[in-house]
Amino acid sequence: LAPWAPVVGLEIHAQISSNSKLFSGSQVQFAAPPNSLVSFFDASLPGTLPVLNRRCVEAAVMTGLALNCSINKKSLFDRKHYFYADLPAGYQITQQRVPIAVNGCLSYSLCIDSKMSQMVTKTVRIKQIQLEQDSGKSLHDDTRSQTLVDLNRAGVGLMEVVMEPDVCCGEEAAAAVRELQLILQTLGSSQAVMAEGQLRVDANVSVHHPGEPYGVRTEVKNINSIRFLAKAIDYEIQRQIEELENGGTILNETRAFDSKLGCTVPMRDKEGKQDYRFMPEPNLPPLILYDTKSLPANMNHQQVINIDWIHERLPDLPSVKRKKLVEKYGILPEHSFTLLNEDGLAEFFESVVKRTQMKPKKVIGWILNDLLSYLKQHSLTVKESPVSSFLLGDLLNLLEKKEISSTAAKQVFAELWKGEGKTPLEIVKEQKLGLLQDQKELEQICQAVIDGQENE
Amino acid sequence: AALNDGLRSQVSAALKEGRVAPTELCQRCLALIKSTKFLNAYITVAEETAMKQAEESEERYKRGQPLGILDGIPVAVKDNFNTAGIETTCASNMLKGYISPYNATVVQKLLDQGAVLLGKTNLDEFAMGSGSTDGVFGPVRNPWSYSKQYKEKSVPKSDSEESDWVITGGSSGGSAAAVSSFTCFAALGSDTGGSTRNPAAHCGVVGLKPTYGLISRHGLIPLVNSMDVPGILTRCVDDAAVLLGSLAGHDPKDSTTIQDDFEPFELPNLTDVSKLSIGIPKEYHAPGLSSEILALWSKAADLFKNAGAKVVEVSLPHTRYSIVCYHVLCTAEVASNMARFDGLEYGHRSDMKDSTESMYAATRREGFNDVVRGRILSGNYFLLKQNYEKYFVKAQKVRRLIANDFVKVFRSGVDILLTPTTLSDAAPYTEFIQEDNRTRSTQDDILTQAANMAGLPAINVPTALSERGLPVGLQFIGRSFQEKQLLTVAKWFEKQVQFPMIQLEEVKRHDSGVFQHQKSASFS
Repeated sequence: LAPWAPVVGLEIHAQISSNSKLFSGSQVQFAAPPNSLVSFFDASLPGTLPVLNRRCVEAAVMTGLALNCSINKKSLFDRKHYFYADLPAGYQITQQRVPIAVNGCLSYSLCIDSKMSQMVTKTVRIKQIQLEQDSGKSLHDDTRSQTLVDLNRAGVGLMEVVMEPDVCCGEEAAAAVRELQLILQTLGSSQAVMAEGQLRVDANVSVHHPGEPYGVRTEVKNINSIRFLAKAIDYEIQRQIEELENGGTILNETRAFDSKLGCTVPMRDKEGKQDYRFMPEPNLPPLILYDTKSLPANMNHQQVINIDWIHERLPDLPSVKRKKLVEKYGILPEHSFTLLNEDGLAEFFESVVKRTQMKPKKVIGWILNDLLSYLKQHSLTVKESPVSSFLLGDLLNLLEKKEISSTAAKQVFAELWKGEGKTPLEIVKEQKLGLLQDQKELEQICQAVIDGQENE
Repeated sequence: AALNDGLRSQVSAALKEGRVAPTELCQRCLALIKSTKFLNAYITVAEETAMKQAEESEERYKRGQPLGILDGIPVAVKDNFNTAGIETTCASNMLKGYISPYNATVVQKLLDQGAVLLGKTNLDEFAMGSGSTDGVFGPVRNPWSYSKQYKEKSVPKSDSEESDWVITGGSSGGSAAAVSSFTCFAALGSDTGGSTRNPAAHCGVVGLKPTYGLISRHGLIPLVNSMDVPGILTRCVDDAAVLLGSLAGHDPKDSTTIQDDFEPFELPNLTDVSKLSIGIPKEYHAPGLSSEILALWSKAADLFKNAGAKVVEVSLPHTRYSIVCYHVLCTAEVASNMARFDGLEYGHRSDMKDSTESMYAATRREGFNDVVRGRILSGNYFLLKQNYEKYFVKAQKVRRLIANDFVKVFRSGVDILLTPTTLSDAAPYTEFIQEDNRTRSTQDDILTQAANMAGLPAINVPTALSERGLPVGLQFIGRSFQEKQLLTVAKWFEKQVQFPMIQLEEVKRHDSGVFQHQKSASFS
């Protein structure tokens, strides 16, 4: 049987983290009362005009630079037309002809085996990043045959990150998106929380035999978490392979991921093939960005964006942070991944290392095995940990100074977890977990045990 | 002060000196609006708010603290500009009853300077048309239809005066009629293909189309975003300069306005035109140009020559493509701009409830007239993926050629272009409606459209009366952002031609005070 090569192209919409919307001054806020954050422009009142939000442009430039893209010094805005209740103007302002950034790449890592002991680095090419408006939300109330429209989200800035189809399975997709998420959060250009709709991923999936042309692709939507992303993609790949092997064909359609059933289902066909009638947005002049070389001398710096200036101020990206952690603390690369994967864990680790004499290579075990598993068991974030880095640091010092055994240390940790406010030292004293160094006392205890045994 | 007085020179002085009160001016205008109701120039008359504004202005004058020349001056605004609290309809069923929550920037500027907003004027629906005949509130009648000059010259076609009236031209016909009939001192129109200059010519008033990007479009309900400008209609060129000074300048709410500072100016009294070079574009001798207007145009050229100016024939070779190019670009933008009218957030909403799509379709069918719907369909056709390159992109390229024609001519040393504004004087309504809107627009826009393509400033100056006793105007086109030069030349020309004042019975009745019969509307 000829092998199948799955091809996955991801399209990611990241909501820009900004105070106001892309083209209007209304606020950006999650879960506000319906239609409370809608300006005249957002409601498409006739005669209103778009005004570009500087912060959104900076966010897109930062993201483009972090993804190794070329930033287009001149980019354009277009109108994409379609009718829908959540699109008040009947068109979305986007960047179809010339987007703000192109031709980048994203590196991500995967574990080769389940023991997380070997990682391999892969890259996915970034085709482009474009600025565009988010739509409002519509809720269908079937019992009353009505549609409820909330325009709070209409006009919020989005960065659409379009990836080349370099990904070949769910695991890769999940890892790539996770890395993108971390990058966005590090930059602050998007909070990228999938549960709050700040990061949305659509997957274009197809399969073909190597050497033959690409197969027909389907678009998979409605994916609400990274875990579901992997599941949805793997399901769809499997579905397509089975369909083709049974002599069927793949339809170029949009499918929704049903998380309960774990499968993809065809979506209600909106209107067949859409012609979006793209047209240049006449109310926005071309977006011109500068670098240090091209910056005119007497330009009002409020009015311009200098790409080099932004580049110089980029924070350390996750890949750099990981490298630094490995170099500074001598931990394994896999460890650095896990540290960065949990929000706040790397900082927690570094805080513990500061507080204790125990070597970082040993501390990491406590962080990744003990702390992290407790957190996971109780579905807590690092911030919510009842054990602070100080407490853990103190505990590890006791262990390091050989005042307790490692078994005892685990016991103390379990006790600390209860969050009753006791220090490690207090717990040790309470539970008499201290290591006895006194030779005579030890001999007495041993003798007592032996005596006890003899009596049976 | 008389209703026909120039703003800067006379009315403003009269107000300052207390010879006339703002409330009196306002009342006179409101009364005249009532007695000229048959013109159908106004859709909404904001009597209460206008009087209130006039009272506030009066207080300021009493305190000796008027806000400027426009303080207390009654003005009218075309009904496609947003006015907070006052209905904005665009003469369409789609927006009947629509009360906007905000003022267009230009409206706000007028109000901030103390102008008194009398009401909203009539137009072709959504500014689509060249007659002001296709709005849901009915056609606008040209005040000159009722002038002594027209009645003397014209042979009545029937017994009833009713059917002989002539159109105002369009689409800013209401504003032009309002200024022409003295019900206001100035009015705002809009100009996309000639919609301010065309009715200005037919109604015998000054119609200025400013350079694109000079005056804010925020709050002007758009027809073609890349060509629309707010237009200024006044009775003399000096007044147009006053209005321009109060409206021009960067608006952060409109990203297509230029950033440069704008300095309002007073027009000098040009006496020496020998340094001027006037260009006569031969392509503007368009098919259908009446012999009358051709003669007038020629006479005007001679006027400049005899006064010592250099008058040269020039060529704008791509002029003949501007109409078809405009048709593509205009309909494409219309299709896009009208997409927001779905009945969901504001405006008319159909009772159709079967689905969102059917509600949209019914709303739009009920809300828009044939002209609007026709342009939407055409526009969507041109924007289809398979047609985009062939039509839209091609038209944009042709647009660039048209604009370059002007650049070349201005670069060759020509300062101002002189052309006719319209092909003939105003047609009788019954004759005008024999042809459909599209045909009329195609014919009537030919002399004005190219200036919108190129974004250039242009002005209609009333020149003379036709054989039928109706106004004929001539157009000056200037360089980008050189309004001062354009208006200076226009003002010189206005002084030379001494265009006669309209003799309207109604006006005589209402201007009982210091009515001075003057042969011309210009002042020395």
